[in-house]
Amino acid sequence: MARSKPVPLGPPPQPAVQRLRVRFAKRGRLRFASHRDVARAIERAVRRSGLPVAYSGGFNPHPKLSYAGAAPTGVASEAEYFEIALTALCVPGDASDRLGAALPAGLDVIDVTEPRGGTMADQLQVSEWRAMLPETQSEAAAAACRMFMDEGRVEVERSTAKGIRRVDARAAVLELELDPRAVDSCTGGCAILRMVVRHVTPAVRPDDVLAALRQVAGLAPPSPPLVTRLAQGLLGAAAGGLFEPGAADSAAADCDTADGGAATGGASLGSLGP
Amino acid sequence: MESVYARLEPLLPRVGKPVQYVGGELNSTVKDWDSAQVRWALMYPDAYEVGVPNQGVQILYEVLNERDGVLAERTYSVWPDLEALMREHQIPQFTVDAHRPVGAFDVFGVSLATELGYTNLLTALDLAGIPLTAADRRDGHPLVLAGGHAAFNPEPIAEFLDGAVLGDGEQAALAVTELIREWKRAGLPGGRDGLLMSLAAGAQVYVPKFYDVDYLPDGRIRRVAPNRAGVPHTVAKHTVMDLDEWPYPRKPLVPVAESVHERSSVEIFRGCTRGCRFCQAGMITRPVRERSITAIGDMVDAGIRATGFEEVGLLSLSSADHSEIAEITKGLADRYEGTNTGLSLPSTRVDAFNVTLANELSRNGRRSGLTFAPEGGSERIRKVINKMVTEDDLVAAVSAAYSSGWRQVKLYFMCGLPTETDEDVLAIAGLARAVIEAGRQASGRRDIRCTVSIGAFVPKPHTPFQWAAQCDAATVDRRLAALGAALRGDAAYGRSIGYRYHDGSPSIIEGLLARGDRRIAKIIRAVWEDGGRFDGWSEYFSYERWQRCAADALADEVVDLAWYTTRERAYAEVLPWDHLDAGLDRDWLWQDWMEAVDPAGAAEVDDCRWTPCYDCGVCPTMGTEIQTGPTGVTLLPLSVVGGAQGSAHSDLPDCAAHGNGSPV
Repeated sequence: MARSKPVPLGPPPQPAVQRLRVRFAKRGRLRFASHRDVARAIERAVRRSGLPVAYSGGFNPHPKLSYAGAAPTGVASEAEYFEIALTALCVPGDASDRLGAALPAGLDVIDVTEPRGGTMADQLQVSEWRAMLPETQSEAAAAACRMFMDEGRVEVERSTAKGIRRVDARAAVLELELDPRAVDSCTGGCAILRMVVRHVTPAVRPDDVLAALRQVAGLAPPSPPLVTRLAQGLLGAAAGGLFEPGAADSAAADCDTADGGAATGGASLGSLGP
Repeated sequence: MESVYARLEPLLPRVGKPVQYVGGELNSTVKDWDSAQVRWALMYPDAYEVGVPNQGVQILYEVLNERDGVLAERTYSVWPDLEALMREHQIPQFTVDAHRPVGAFDVFGVSLATELGYTNLLTALDLAGIPLTAADRRDGHPLVLAGGHAAFNPEPIAEFLDGAVLGDGEQAALAVTELIREWKRAGLPGGRDGLLMSLAAGAQVYVPKFYDVDYLPDGRIRRVAPNRAGVPHTVAKHTVMDLDEWPYPRKPLVPVAESVHERSSVEIFRGCTRGCRFCQAGMITRPVRERSITAIGDMVDAGIRATGFEEVGLLSLSSADHSEIAEITKGLADRYEGTNTGLSLPSTRVDAFNVTLANELSRNGRRSGLTFAPEGGSERIRKVINKMVTEDDLVAAVSAAYSSGWRQVKLYFMCGLPTETDEDVLAIAGLARAVIEAGRQASGRRDIRCTVSIGAFVPKPHTPFQWAAQCDAATVDRRLAALGAALRGDAAYGRSIGYRYHDGSPSIIEGLLARGDRRIAKIIRAVWEDGGRFDGWSEYFSYERWQRCAADALADEVVDLAWYTTRERAYAEVLPWDHLDAGLDRDWLWQDWMEAVDPAGAAEVDDCRWTPCYDCGVCPTMGTEIQTGPTGVTLLPLSVVGGAQGSAHSDLPDCAAHGNGSPV
């Protein structure tokens, strides 16, 4: 009997001809979804959307979707990213509409672009976060931020599946301050912080920074903070290490405009094909 | 009715897997509270990940929500971490749909698939602010109704229930709804008891408080009898006779959280007449009623479109037995060619035909494992349980599987069956060896595997084994250990055989709860008060606690744990569920039991779908009949959703359906 490796019946998978990058938000109740939950929901939405997603081969074909580092479970986000490989060309705006209609409310498409000039990992180097600390004095929070920024290193403990790990919460933080844009939006005595944190390994998450604030300044809100990722993008060298929100998007926005002219009314790009 | 979500949300970051409590599933429904006259809270008393795929709950949820003026929401068991926080912050048991307090609904309907969920039912009642004991409830409290297979003997939890519904729930839930609507419209005549009387008389609902149970001095039941006029002596099950008229769920729920069944499901028939003597499901769901091939095709299509699941399960108790299963599988495989849509038959037979079906079903999608259930290790014990499978059948089936590219098969067995000896269990090792040998020959490879999975048999009500002595846990554990040693000690095959087993002790408690009577309620309550939760989960189950509470609760009785479990019952004994009618003729069950344990060797019973009726009693008693095809209809190709790899049928415009070009 032949000892060849069994292969699935049926045709081989079609090759991918296009990648699209999707920026989406994780809002409301769905902030409690984990990365795996979000990935599953996206996979199903892609199928419902009818987009011609490319699949891997073999007995366990998987849709070709790739994800950038996800906001932690419990953290909301206005800037999550994934990329999808397609077997036929799509107009980004059309793909956006179809994905948006298929995703559950709370996972909301913000925009879809054709990525140019590097991978997601290359382009998503820093995140801007907002943390709402309930029942916290703004002055105390501002002082705590200054104390934190004055430190060279703040080690905090984080419990992981492998036990307690210690990470330096300070080095990755580029900015930490009371959010100047949100001072007035805080009713009922909360403090709203804004932080810009580099993507490093091991990752420094907003709750690590908040744990550091408790450590250096005793800042401890009575109930859990509400954290939102506002943006991800490049570490802007020109601005002296400061963050350029949306840098990843602006690069892609060019091609969006270029394609936009050919794709009136969400029509298929297929007409440009052979 | 106000949502508790604002108070719940700050607690969620402090509990495990908080997404399971937020709802918002695709295809879930939130209806206006005030414009509904009858409001159901449907519960599956286990963790969300187990409960959310449950078909029974999904069906009733849709059937009820489709009706004007009727509202249904779902609730599941909360894990102990959240339970503690809810008690601390006085948050009641809530529904996941609109986070409304369960205590505010008209009906609290609980689906009892397994007896090990009883303590979770008490947790939910208590968190909801509903008195545990039905007798303590007032007009404003929800009616607590149970359904599901365990409701065929609800006696152990009778004092916690207002009513139980036996059998199919679709029409029964609507009948109950109409009576409640009428009762509310009329100004609650007769109060709570007035409503219960109308449900007992008009909707075939079993109301435990309307029946008294007397006991003999030796502890056996003397009789169970109605204690008021207008209540039937026996309560019959409900049977839906045309599955095509009830194509639910139409829009299966798609949770964001991970669940135990990540697929859409279509029930292809209900009932089973194979006659396996241990199988409660097969006995209480008779007769066989098939869904037609076209209705199945429509439901599969609608389910995929509505969910985006990559897999559709074709559910039933023995899916390969649908009269047109070959046409169904071929038709669906053709239809979903090239779309990465997997189809599965979760419940299968032991024969090569089954592998043909599995090959067909995995053509377009993921290839899941193949499972066969010989149930017994020796030919003799398989005759006792009426599982008509020979070793040759099994070898032929696995040979077909391994030569079609499957590398692993799973084999299911039971331990502790009536008349079982050590040799019957050790024979499983021989079967596993034969399976591996056949697999190596058929595939020409040595890296093929099989997994032996074995659990303890629990005698269930309304089966021929309802009179049997349950095998004690020590004997089960000893046999399982001996089998494990035999499998592992096999130099030539041992490394190719995996072994999974469950301890015998949880099965003893399952047996206690399955065949118990009303005196058991004291034990359940004591276990719950002692902290018992999630008894179906080995990390929570405590045999010590159940034993201790059983001894305490039964201290003044002449009966004990062993009396309920490892004691064989005689023909004349009144069984706790004798007044609940699954349609099965008690004398036929007894005769089948006697034939099973005949010292001269068990007699086998064939399937009445293709041999003459053997008078189990269901059809004449219930006024039902077997409904099978073939219809002769074939599935037409449909336009399909998803993937759309080169599909000629797609009606959804692919972005570039005609272009196959390179990036612009």
